[in-house]
Amino acid sequence: MLETMGKVEEIIALNDNDKERLIQILLELQKEFRWLSREVLERVGKKLDVPINHIYSLVTFYSHFSLVPKGRHVMSVCVGTACHVRGAERLLDSVASAVKCKPGCTTSDEKFSLDTVNCLGACALGPVMVADGEYMSNPTPDEISRKVESCE
Amino acid sequence: MSDTVTFTIDGKEVSADKGTSLLMAARSLGIDIPTLCHHDELADFGACRLCIVEIDKGGWKKIVTSCLYPVEDGLSVETESEKVIRHRRTILELLRARWSEMPRELIEKYQVPEDRMETESTFCVMCGLCVRHCSERKGANVLGFVGRGTERQVVAHEEPALKYCRDCAAENGMECLAVCPTGVVVNDFALSPPHMTPKGTKARPVRARDNENQEEVNKLIGD
Repeated sequence: MLETMGKVEEIIALNDNDKERLIQILLELQKEFRWLSREVLERVGKKLDVPINHIYSLVTFYSHFSLVPKGRHVMSVCVGTACHVRGAERLLDSVASAVKCKPGCTTSDEKFSLDTVNCLGACALGPVMVADGEYMSNPTPDEISRKVESCE
Repeated sequence: MSDTVTFTIDGKEVSADKGTSLLMAARSLGIDIPTLCHHDELADFGACRLCIVEIDKGGWKKIVTSCLYPVEDGLSVETESEKVIRHRRTILELLRARWSEMPRELIEKYQVPEDRMETESTFCVMCGLCVRHCSERKGANVLGFVGRGTERQVVAHEEPALKYCRDCAAENGMECLAVCPTGVVVNDFALSPPHMTPKGTKARPVRARDNENQEEVNKLIGD
């Protein structure tokens, strides 16, 4: 816990304790811890003098922020309109069975998180998914399981 | 540069101080524009959309929220044009889907169609009055919005609530509940931190745990 708070302070200090950079700070914290705990949010609020209701309305507005721990590897499957008509459901099913995790959930060993997103801005590649930052266009179940196995 | 601007509202030429909102200008002339999320002592928010009016700016017409739109020279405003009425009717219909106890006057005045929407009586129309009251006037920041879209709701944050609510209620008698335009079961603020509600699930409103306030709440809602 002490270590966590040290990191929080460090990230806030790197952003000059500037409350205008609240979103940037939260993004960095999300990247660092893979989620935003209540304690972290409270510390950020105190440090930047931003009320807690404001911080919560912000982190619950943007879907990038997570209030529950995320896995080390995040699989995001696009279920936007274009991907939907091109078979996002099937892709989602095969990813879900590959990582053994329901959409919106994290595996119990915190290895994988499976998310659905509403558009990745790559509709021409649809159905598209992002596995650990790598865009995959209409991957076959084989390609998916290869990707999953390559994850530590 | 003068500090007043001249414009037309419902065909009458009027002048108002620069920076006044269309809503305030209209109200000072006795023109009635319905609102839910406006409060004279709070910053305007533009949440309920009921105060929409049609403006004509050099031949270009558009619908704007009058509570947020400042008066402008040469503007022509219609507060009850056919288009405005039509839009208000739809807005009211959507609001009523969440607020079944909407006053009959509003429903009758705008002839809101019945039973077209699936209703869900959550009482809350997301006007943000209680949230703004708590933050702007009390500086307590207990109430806040969480979530987005259909999952949006008002919650009370525990830490500041424990710090401020009792004193505030003793002093002013639950003003945050009194500002609620729907005035229905306003003591149903979810007093659970958002962390306890997994994302994607809809938090049920939880009865306020602090039963010491229950009496005041009951008095307010006339129960």
